[in-house]
Amino acid sequence: MNFEVIIAYLPRYWQALLLTIRVGWQGVFLSLLIGAFCAIIIYLKVPILRRVIRCYIELFRNTPLLVQLFFMYFALPKIGVKFSPDFCGTLGLGLLGGAYMAETLRSGLENVPPVQSESAQSLGMTPLQVFGHVILPQAINTSVPGVLANVIFLLKETSVFSTISLMDLMFTAKDLIAMYARTIECLAMLVVFYLLMLLPVSILGSLLERRLRYAEFGD
Amino acid sequence: MQSLGIDVLFKGSNFMRLLEGLRTAVRISMISVTISILSGLAVGVLMTSKNRVLRLVFRVYLEIVRIMPQMVLLFIVYFGTTRVFGWNLGAELSAIIVFSFWGAAEMGDLVRGALVSIPRIQYESSFALGMTRAQTYLHVILPQSVRRLIPLSINLVTRMIKTTSLVIMIGIVEVLKVAQQIIEANRRNSPNAAFGVFAVVFLLYFLICWPISRLSTYLEKRWS
Repeated sequence: MNFEVIIAYLPRYWQALLLTIRVGWQGVFLSLLIGAFCAIIIYLKVPILRRVIRCYIELFRNTPLLVQLFFMYFALPKIGVKFSPDFCGTLGLGLLGGAYMAETLRSGLENVPPVQSESAQSLGMTPLQVFGHVILPQAINTSVPGVLANVIFLLKETSVFSTISLMDLMFTAKDLIAMYARTIECLAMLVVFYLLMLLPVSILGSLLERRLRYAEFGD
Repeated sequence: MQSLGIDVLFKGSNFMRLLEGLRTAVRISMISVTISILSGLAVGVLMTSKNRVLRLVFRVYLEIVRIMPQMVLLFIVYFGTTRVFGWNLGAELSAIIVFSFWGAAEMGDLVRGALVSIPRIQYESSFALGMTRAQTYLHVILPQSVRRLIPLSINLVTRMIKTTSLVIMIGIVEVLKVAQQIIEANRRNSPNAAFGVFAVVFLLYFLICWPISRLSTYLEKRWS
């Protein structure tokens, strides 16, 4: 292990980390939006649209992100739809994550016992109030662990971004190994930087989960 | 409008080559899944052990696997260990090692979850009947957890198949690589082939994973 080499590589890894975090969180944010939208459509049983969304969920849950990105980045331009790598990464992660988030959020919504909404209705709440004040808070509570697991999964999946020439951590490591053949140093730094990105999320996740469980009503 | 490359797929043996690539991916994932499930059973039992050190070790193992992208693990095994130890590890073998390492941890966690969900009284009753620990697990606990475990391990199969798409990065010729080769070879007479070929690859993955994940959902609903 040569520390001079490591110090020389630091700026490049740091840049890559920032890019990975930026695109990763953009994707996570987009996936939450898509997921929430889809979950609500399925929960409300909107006709037709619900079927379309089920197809989307099945399609994106059953294909690898790498193949989805290849399709978006290399195949779509052939029919005139062109994205920048940055946008493609965000959109790919958002669509993949949206399918996973939708399932998690939906099961959160459906896990609220019907008696809750019935009681709220009999107290004279409007449907909107029932959803906003009774169903949603309980659903969010039960889906948080799943959502956090998805966030970690999505941030991990960013490692395939290097294939669409986004200069993320993986790309930088591969590039530096190819140029200077300092394999050990490059790989060690890769591990450290991924830990830097994911460990805080993982720790935050277990703290939050404990807190929410503490706040749970009953049992 | 030029052709979108579906015709390229049926030229010569192109489609067969694509399926051949898919077979490589499925083969790697099947071998890894088998190893993962078998070793995952042991890992799961050890995760519920009373020994604190042992539990901590497996906890760290699980966290590492959860946090590190599989691609990083692939690079470490394929490029890193070969450099450090100077051995010659094939790409396919490295992939199997990494996916089994990953799968065993995931499976172990599923087994742990299933074991914990079995009421304590089941353990106590079998001990009271004079069964040894091994007998308790083999004859009482495992048969009861199997129903919970089978849908989850089937799910692991689809995750494994999806993850094998990463092996293109360490130079294994699987379905995506073959697709790229076909596109490159036909660049001149069919410049838009990328669309059709990648669409078909997309569909192939879906056609493999979808039935498996349906089966898992079906069993989960039926047995719960």
